[in-house]
Amino acid sequence: MTAVSNWLSSINFAQIGQLLYSSSLQTLYMVIVASIITFMLALPLGVFLLVTSKGNFYEMGFINRIIGAVVNALRSLPFVVLMVAIMPITVFIVGTRIGTTAAIIPLIVGTVPFTARLFETSLRTVSSGLVEAAQSMGASSYQIVRRVLIPEAMPELIQNCTITVIVLISNSAMAGMIGGGGLGDLALRYGYMRFRLDIMIATVIVLIIMVQLVQMLGDYLSSKFDHR
Amino acid sequence: MIKIENVEKIYAKGTAKEVVALKHINLHINKGEIFGVIGLSGAGKSTLIRMVNLLERPTSGRVLVDNKDLTALDSKALRQARKSIGMIFQSFNLLSSANVYDNIAFPLRLDNDYSEDFIKTRVQELLALVGLSDKAAMYPSQLSGGQKQRVGIARALASNPKVLLCDEATSALDPQTTNSILQLLLELREKLDLTIVIITHQMEVVKECCDRVAVIDGGTILELGDTLDLFTDPKQQLTKTLVSAAVRRGLPELLRHTEIVKEYRDGDKAVVELLFLGPKADAPVIVEVAALCNVKISILAGSIDHIRKEPFGLMVVEIGGNKEKIQNAIKELEARVHKVEVLGYDRRQQLAELD
Repeated sequence: MTAVSNWLSSINFAQIGQLLYSSSLQTLYMVIVASIITFMLALPLGVFLLVTSKGNFYEMGFINRIIGAVVNALRSLPFVVLMVAIMPITVFIVGTRIGTTAAIIPLIVGTVPFTARLFETSLRTVSSGLVEAAQSMGASSYQIVRRVLIPEAMPELIQNCTITVIVLISNSAMAGMIGGGGLGDLALRYGYMRFRLDIMIATVIVLIIMVQLVQMLGDYLSSKFDHR
Repeated sequence: MIKIENVEKIYAKGTAKEVVALKHINLHINKGEIFGVIGLSGAGKSTLIRMVNLLERPTSGRVLVDNKDLTALDSKALRQARKSIGMIFQSFNLLSSANVYDNIAFPLRLDNDYSEDFIKTRVQELLALVGLSDKAAMYPSQLSGGQKQRVGIARALASNPKVLLCDEATSALDPQTTNSILQLLLELREKLDLTIVIITHQMEVVKECCDRVAVIDGGTILELGDTLDLFTDPKQQLTKTLVSAAVRRGLPELLRHTEIVKEYRDGDKAVVELLFLGPKADAPVIVEVAALCNVKISILAGSIDHIRKEPFGLMVVEIGGNKEKIQNAIKELEARVHKVEVLGYDRRQQLAELD
């Protein structure tokens, strides 16, 4: 008992709070910016992969196979490897390969192909009959995507976004390794290297809460769009 | 209104998987007509109706709607042309993410020419037309099958089409709902001067509302004619099967177990099918002929049905007497009813005659 209470009394809550606060902000910054850019890139890519696939209304077999192969290639790299491998690109875009902003580039490159495939799969669940009906009313390909495929798949697309954000939270922890900062970095530097169990536990709790909140928000939004 | 000229559809042409779905189809559908296409599954009727709005492009041949050759249009002009051809589907194909109002507004919003005020008035008009004025805010999942199809019809009519294509539109509905949808189609044809093409495998649908029918099998038109003619005088075996499934359901088991032979022998009774049509249907034919020819006529089975508005009666009788009397009776019957067909001769002795 005394050991525990001694340990508890030794905890510097002010210091932990300070560290958690700044690290959480860094994580949020990386995850939010990376999520937004990932969604913006992955949605058109997912749509493209779907509508150009065989038997679909904008069939382009050859290009579809090439883009599909690139997507698969990027997906087969573990995030740690990808992060290091694309450093030159990161430097080219951000100007540096170290820091929170620099970490965003590998985060995006790592999740876009994955999310695009998720989006593609979700969009594919929209019945071809609906597409046919829209065609019979004279809708253009763009209108079909914008007014049929995306609204109809919205509940699934939102669930895909939830998964993406959670993957980004997890990947952003790894990005701490290249000086990205954030909660992962905090856990590594204090929890692992300095044996600060208190900070380790605090980080874990914050991460769990973050993921829970994202999942709850995703479930709520998804059900709000679901009228089936 | 719709002309299909020498249309052929071959899938995967030139490969091992080549399938000929339609073979040189020629079809003229008149303005204001309700035209039925009936066939078993896989006969090509789905492909045929998709030719009319070019959801499926013919491998060769031309499709003209309202004197416009659709096969010659570029994709933009084709999209425009499709707006004057409405279509409804077996599975309704409504957007589950949009309520009834937005589903019906969908085709109107494809053009940016309409103001929301205009759309609102138009949608309310359409809702009233299909009898769903109180359902605008509902989502499709909250509606019954019949209501969903009414929404489908309202949506198909939103841009004032001249042609309405019905792709198995009632196949997923129960008989009562089917009937109400068909009545609605008949009503809409009158009100809006629509030309309607119905494809179906249900002869009931044809019987209820089609003016003319094409029977399609193996990608070709097997038989084409007036609904009434097709029902009363089917030429092809498939047509006969389809017709008998729809109108002879009422004929009892009795006939199925009666041994009927082809050749007449003394003492046999003739088994005759009588077809009554129109105003003649309620004349006291049987009693008259029996008295006139001095034969015994017993009724084995009978049913009365309607083909569109026309009463249509079918009766199977046995005529007993000697050969001459029977022939005479058949002649008299022929003069009185629409059609007489000798099915064969019954050799059994009836219990009543044995004692």
